[in-house]
Amino acid sequence: MQRAIYMDWNATAPVRPEAARAVLSALEACGNPSSVHGFGRNARKLMEEARIKLANRVGAKVENVIFTSGGTEANVLALANRGERRLIVSAIEHDSVLKPALAAGAAVIKVDRNGVVDLDHLRILLQQDARPALVALMLANNETGVLQPVAAAAEIAHEHGALLHCDAAQALGRINVDLGVLGADSLTVSGHKFGAPQGVGALVTNGTPVSALLLGGGQERSRRAGTENVPAIAGFGIAVATIDLAASANVTHLRDALEHRLVDWDPAVTVFGRDVARLPNTLCFTAGVKSAETLVMALDLAGIAVSAGSACSSGKVRPSHVVTAMGFDAARAGTALRVSLGETNTESDIDAFMVAWKRIQAPTATQIQPAA
Amino acid sequence: MNSMNNSSPTLENRPKLPVYLDYQATTPCDPRVVQAMLPYFTEKFGNPHSRNHSYGWESEEAVEKARKQVADLIGADEKEIIFTSGATESNNLALKGVAHFYKDRKDHIITVATEHKCVLDSCRHLELEGFKVTYLPVQQNGLVDLEQLKAAITDKTSIVSIMSVNNEIGVIQPIAEIGAICRERGVFFHTDAAQAAGKIPLDVNAMKIDLMSISGHKIYGPKGIGALFVRRKPRVRMEAMIHGGGQERGFRSGTLPTPLIVGLGEACAIAQKEMGAEAERLKGLRDRLFNGLKAKLPDIYLNGDLDRRIPGNLNVSFAYVEGEGLMMGVKDLAVSSGSACTSASLEPSYVLRALGVEEELAHTSLRLGLGRFSTEQDVDYAVEHIVEAVTRLRAMSPLWEMAQEGIDIKSIEWADH
Repeated sequence: MQRAIYMDWNATAPVRPEAARAVLSALEACGNPSSVHGFGRNARKLMEEARIKLANRVGAKVENVIFTSGGTEANVLALANRGERRLIVSAIEHDSVLKPALAAGAAVIKVDRNGVVDLDHLRILLQQDARPALVALMLANNETGVLQPVAAAAEIAHEHGALLHCDAAQALGRINVDLGVLGADSLTVSGHKFGAPQGVGALVTNGTPVSALLLGGGQERSRRAGTENVPAIAGFGIAVATIDLAASANVTHLRDALEHRLVDWDPAVTVFGRDVARLPNTLCFTAGVKSAETLVMALDLAGIAVSAGSACSSGKVRPSHVVTAMGFDAARAGTALRVSLGETNTESDIDAFMVAWKRIQAPTATQIQPAA
Repeated sequence: MNSMNNSSPTLENRPKLPVYLDYQATTPCDPRVVQAMLPYFTEKFGNPHSRNHSYGWESEEAVEKARKQVADLIGADEKEIIFTSGATESNNLALKGVAHFYKDRKDHIITVATEHKCVLDSCRHLELEGFKVTYLPVQQNGLVDLEQLKAAITDKTSIVSIMSVNNEIGVIQPIAEIGAICRERGVFFHTDAAQAAGKIPLDVNAMKIDLMSISGHKIYGPKGIGALFVRRKPRVRMEAMIHGGGQERGFRSGTLPTPLIVGLGEACAIAQKEMGAEAERLKGLRDRLFNGLKAKLPDIYLNGDLDRRIPGNLNVSFAYVEGEGLMMGVKDLAVSSGSACTSASLEPSYVLRALGVEEELAHTSLRLGLGRFSTEQDVDYAVEHIVEAVTRLRAMSPLWEMAQEGIDIKSIEWADH
């Protein structure tokens, strides 16, 4: 059976061949990086090389890179370190930020119709309450790809004595990510979104102290206990070192081509965040009428893998909280599709998408009303 | 930290030296496990939570197959298995999760002085939050006294956490008896089985275990993956530690790392199939190693019970040598003096101290871990190498000389300086 065309890179990306080779080679070696003997030292070397590569890529100090089991853990670790600070988070954060934040009574920053966070609202929220705050603002939204004004938000946060955490899980590998440029106090990165394996991520700080969530051995300078996932970390290092932002230009070209063809064919298509800066690979849109779930399944039958919003929502397709936060009604939010491309997609994939799309959208196809 | 080194010892291309005898620190990933994992990196790479396309489905199917393999190893139902990033996370989640959930009614936790550091650190953290923790002592053989356990349980006790197998001395705690006591008293029983799963038969129902931590890289699976068994009947409830997308029934959010999970599942399946024969083989090697050392070296002491012990572990103290010298002297063996987590420090093992091992002997212990790829040649080399090193070090030791002359070292009054 022929493999479906994969257009869901924001859910997860295939491991790059170079990174896979590094993982395999580390799997075939053996050693606990905490062990003093040669096997242990070799494992530690692999891990520290990856740490240096990541630090260099994001402009951080090597000692401020804390490897975790992934983006979710990094976000949870960052938020758990707020101490006495109150939380202010944007309405479009990933669930790993939004859920614990809302449970802790966080204030929520509005976004505009394009999905860009409202900095005036951030300022108001900071001024409303004299207690120091921790602000969480993602660099690129996972559903719309819309880039957020993190540097400006960090400046405002710092003016008010607040710290800023930035979830850059979707950004690393696709656009430039630099801790200094962003002005963030901490940064989440995830491996499996850009060609490193699943099961590894990192929290990178500007030196802001971090106390551990996972307690135990003194790994990661006592900021994250547990035997380090050396093979995945080694793969992460290679994936970071082989990031090719120039290749994103081709992805942008494909994304834009698809976008134009969709809108040309059906002017009723709404592209979310079309007027603002987005990730090169992400296209989130609605054609109205058919539910996202119906569309995703029809596309899958046609051999094309896309998604309706994020993949984390326990499999249940629900109206996207991101699109809802942008001021669209439930009908729009429940019909939003996310196409996210990657370095192995081609022009013919775009052609195939359009063929399938036109067939699914043709008036002869069974009309299924969106769920209420 | 540790100095970097350009040598790359791997088990494959340097089968002889250094000999890997540190199977309690980590185990090599079994080649069969690696083979099972490979397709899930680059080919079947979907996110198992992507429920609307075939890439997601095939990953989800692989994850659920692995969940069953893990469950089968310990006699659990697959719905009772939660994947985590490793045993450290499983232990943190079990202790903090249960303690926090039941904190309104119960504020007492019981554990043992020789537990892994991540259990002890979680307990210390809970003490700072206001929980009361009883750290049970162990007997000289490393095992808990069941009468002391019974006496420690109160109506405020929410959870008892006692490891199945100790990571330094390999002793097997009386898990079934502990489970029976806890069930009778209505207290949850958690066991850290990182060193036990796949090495000794475990059955969560027969042993009345309510929560069990499992590690991938201790059973020839990959690092970065572990599991926590959480009983459904009677139901154990927990507060999550890592929130987010709501994966793993809300107990543990985050994208499940499919290749690692496939590896853990395969490692469990292999262990289940081969456990019996492998235990026999390892016991033979272990006896060969211990008998070899005893035959040529007087004044050596086994730490922990010999019979109630996993077959792949020895922990031996060598009198009249100096600890650091001993480690340096056996540099062709990859061994450790205690647990890997604390191996960079020169402090004596808290596990050995809890057994009542004297400071001098606690400083000169070696943990000799055998496993799936250990051979008779490895063992014979280790015997020869250790005997040679200890003999040489003792020849330079005035204490050894005095002991040979019949002077009781303990009777000497050393001058302060």
